[in-house]
Amino acid sequence: MAEAASVPIVCRVIARRRETRDTWTLSIDAGEFAFEPGQFNMLYAFGIGEIPVSLSGNPGAPGPLLHTVRAVGSASQAIAALKPGDPIGLRGPFGTAWPTSESAGSDVLVVAGGLGLAPLRPAIYRLFAKREQYGQIAVLYGTRHPADILFRREIQRWRRRLDATIEVTVDHADATWHGHVGVVTKLIERAAFDPGHTAAFVCGPEIMMRFAANALEAAGIAAERIHLSLERNMKCAIGQCGHCQFGPTLICRDGAVMAYDRVRPLLTVREL
Amino acid sequence: MEIHGLDRLICEHAFFAGMSQDYCELIGGCARNVRFDKGEYLFREGEQADEFFLIRHGRVALEIMAPGRGALRFLTLDPGDIAGVSWLVPPYRWLYDAQALELTRAVLIDGGCLRQKAEANHDFGYEMMKRFMTMLVQRLHAAQLQILDVYGTHG
Repeated sequence: MAEAASVPIVCRVIARRRETRDTWTLSIDAGEFAFEPGQFNMLYAFGIGEIPVSLSGNPGAPGPLLHTVRAVGSASQAIAALKPGDPIGLRGPFGTAWPTSESAGSDVLVVAGGLGLAPLRPAIYRLFAKREQYGQIAVLYGTRHPADILFRREIQRWRRRLDATIEVTVDHADATWHGHVGVVTKLIERAAFDPGHTAAFVCGPEIMMRFAANALEAAGIAAERIHLSLERNMKCAIGQCGHCQFGPTLICRDGAVMAYDRVRPLLTVREL
Repeated sequence: MEIHGLDRLICEHAFFAGMSQDYCELIGGCARNVRFDKGEYLFREGEQADEFFLIRHGRVALEIMAPGRGALRFLTLDPGDIAGVSWLVPPYRWLYDAQALELTRAVLIDGGCLRQKAEANHDFGYEMMKRFMTMLVQRLHAAQLQILDVYGTHG
C-alpha cells in the first residue's frame, strides 16, 4: 500500500469562500495534483477527524484544489472553519470517475441535487472543455431554496452558454424567485436528449438519486448509462476497513461513481 | 381529416398527446383561448373552480398566501403542463392561487361542460380520468419528495 494513500500530507488552506449559509469552498495548496472528475480526497482536521470530500474544482486547470464542504458534523465544521494559512491533512485522490470520456458521442444529462452539484462540477468543466465531443448537454440542478443554490455566479455564467441547457429548480420559494419550483425530476421531462444515446451523471441525497434514476430510466435511458455517486461511512478510503461496504462492493474502492444497473438492487435494501 | 383551431391546439398539447381527434373536438367544444399578463392570476384560492388551463406558453406559479410570510410557491408550471385540478371533484373550489410569472397563453377548458360530456360518454370520461390520474400521481410523488426535505442537513 502506497504510503501517500494511507498517511495524510500536510497542506495549507489558501482561501475560503462562503457558498451558502452552511457551505464553504476551501482552496488548498497541494502542489502538483492530478485528479479525475468524481474523485474525492480524505481531508483531516488535525485532532478532530477525517472525512471524505469530493473535489469540486476544474481538473483541467492548474492551481489549488477546491473542496466544497457543508458544515454539519464536528469534522466538517472544523474543516469549513479553516482559514488561509491553516494546515490541513489530505489523502487522495480516491474513487472512480464520472465516465466523461466513455460518454463522448452521446448526449449527457447532469442531474444534481443540493450539495451534489459539487462532485459534478469537475465533470461539467470537463464536458465544456471538450464540448465538441458531445451532443446535447443539460445540467439539471435541484435544491431546497434559492438561498441554497451552490456556485450561483458560475451557474449564471453557464446559463449564458448557447450550447448547453442549464436549469435550476427549488423545492420551496417565495414570490421573489421567478425560476422553477418543484422537484428536479420534473426537469428531466423537459430536457432535450436522445434517450438511446444519452449518459446521465446523478449526484445528490440518495432518495433524490433513486427518484432521478427512475425518471431517467422511464425516459428511456439504459440503466448501465445512468451513473450515481454514492456515499457511505468512509474511513480508510483504500478498501481495507470495510466501513463503506455496500453489499458486495466497497464504495471507496468500487465507487463512489457507480452504474445504476449495478447498484439498483442494493439501493432498496434496508440497513445496507 | 384536417383539424383546425382549438381542436388542433388541444391535440398538440403534451397532456393530450395521442388523444383521438373526436375527443379533441369534444374538448374543443368546451374550450377557449386565454392570455394572462405577467402578475395576473389565472385563479385565486376560495373562488369557484369551474375550469382548468392547458398552458401553451409562459410560466405559472402555484402559491399559497401565508400571514406574515407572503406567497409561498410550491410548484411552477410550464408549457405542456395543466393548471387546475379542483374542477374535478366537489366542492369545485380553488385551494391555492395560480399567478402568471410571465406572459402566459393557455387554452381554458370549462370544467362543468367537460364533466357533462364525460357523464354522457363514459369512454371519453375514462380517457380523461386516466390522463388526469397519471398527472395527479406524478404530482403526488413529487410532493412527497418535496416534503421529505431531502436536501436538508439530515439528507
